[in-house]
Amino acid sequence: MTRKLVLAFAILFLAGCGGQTGAASATSAPPQTGISVFAASSLKPAFDKIGARLQVTKNVVTIFNYSGSQTLTAQIEQGAPADVFASADTAHMTTVESAGLLSGSSKIFAHNKLEIAVAKGNPKGIHTLADLSRAGLVVVLADPSVPAGKYAQQALNMAHVTVHPASLELQVTGVLSKVSLGEADAGIVYVSDILTSGQVDGVPIPDDQNVIADYPIAVLKSTSNGPGAQAFIDLVLSSDGQTILRAAGFQGV
Amino acid sequence: MSQGRVPAALLALAGLGLLFFLLPLAGLIVRAPWDQAIGAIESPETGTALGLSLFCSLAATAVALVLGIPLAFVLSKTTGHLRSVMRALTTLPMVLPPVVGGVALLLAFGRKGLVGSILYQAFGIQIPFTPAAAVMAETFVAMPFLVIAVEGGLRSLDPRYEEAARALGARGWMVFARVTLPLLRPAIFSGAVLCWARALGEFGATITFAGNFPGRTQTVPVAVYVALETRPESAIVLSLILLAVSLAVLVGMRDRWLGAL
Repeated sequence: MTRKLVLAFAILFLAGCGGQTGAASATSAPPQTGISVFAASSLKPAFDKIGARLQVTKNVVTIFNYSGSQTLTAQIEQGAPADVFASADTAHMTTVESAGLLSGSSKIFAHNKLEIAVAKGNPKGIHTLADLSRAGLVVVLADPSVPAGKYAQQALNMAHVTVHPASLELQVTGVLSKVSLGEADAGIVYVSDILTSGQVDGVPIPDDQNVIADYPIAVLKSTSNGPGAQAFIDLVLSSDGQTILRAAGFQGV
Repeated sequence: MSQGRVPAALLALAGLGLLFFLLPLAGLIVRAPWDQAIGAIESPETGTALGLSLFCSLAATAVALVLGIPLAFVLSKTTGHLRSVMRALTTLPMVLPPVVGGVALLLAFGRKGLVGSILYQAFGIQIPFTPAAAVMAETFVAMPFLVIAVEGGLRSLDPRYEEAARALGARGWMVFARVTLPLLRPAIFSGAVLCWARALGEFGATITFAGNFPGRTQTVPVAVYVALETRPESAIVLSLILLAVSLAVLVGMRDRWLGAL
């Protein structure tokens, strides 16, 4: 009884740490096992649900470390103990793979598109990417080192639009929160971010100016719970996982 | 210090504690790409971030001096519950996670904030994403260090000097400016230096309230974070510069600031 309580607290504690430090390690004690998943911030709404599902079906407790893929890549390269890595682009997955840190190969499990996030009701009347270059508009983008920022730059290039961002946020959720707090008039984020946030409106970007983001996932060599890590990835790729991802605004595979 | 008087167990634990501080430092120094250090320092991004950091931290210290010394003065004259409340308020930023501080600043001074909305609607002033926001974020987090140091100095002041000045006919402001302030010089100095060092290293509140844009709000700590993945050598060199500055300040101050606390 006491042991279980202690374990429960330890898991709670680790879960609390996971969000920020990324140093959360997997706990494992029978009958429950644990894994830690390093995932791009945009995946949070979907992955939280998938993690909860995995606990019910496989009794695997998942601790998430959500951050910009570039931060996660740096953490993994520096030896952070993670079991699964889910990136918002293939470039960062390739970086981790060429450093020899993957166990096996990565799989694309979802796609995402970009959308312009604006305040509810679109008070500034923003309808196209070109509108973002309007003077006096506070536009916030993700930093080009963040996948969402790189994609946004590509989309703006395709639309031949130059914007002067007020800030280059270090993760896509930073862009979203600046818009939902009303500090920025517009930002470029993922379709999934807008759908799950509920606090902003989305202005679609036409396909010929849009970028399809590929999300790869892989088991890391440093895993201490290979079966748990594989179970997580299997669930993500299963029809259950894909349904959750679609409900969160992603495109399935 | 004679080793004989310190129990071995304490010495061992103290050694571990010291090692805990030393190892990360050693990591930075050992891993630093010294051959690229000059290039990283000379790169325009680094220079811009350093200049902005210097400006913002000095401005934050100036604001903290102007507001913090009077605050410490009032605090030292207050007693009872009011004093506990005021003290808790002034030291709150020291325990608040800086990111939360940044969100709080947005909610107060952002375009939709309590005060910010008035500024925006009446004068069209937007604070977030400007160097002013970076200065405010740094002031918010660093001013408590100054207030505490100065208040400590005020409490250890011999009240007879002020009494003597009053007995000789000096009024309140005169006593403060001609007697109290000069006596406080060491406490103010040490408080200001601590405040400046804290402002220089500020990250969480700045990134949240001021955002990240090179030359406008990208201070050195934010630049370090951005560079970590794309230009790790610049990140390490920038960190070392911050480290050297902080270390120089703290070693230079030695016991003085501890005394003030």
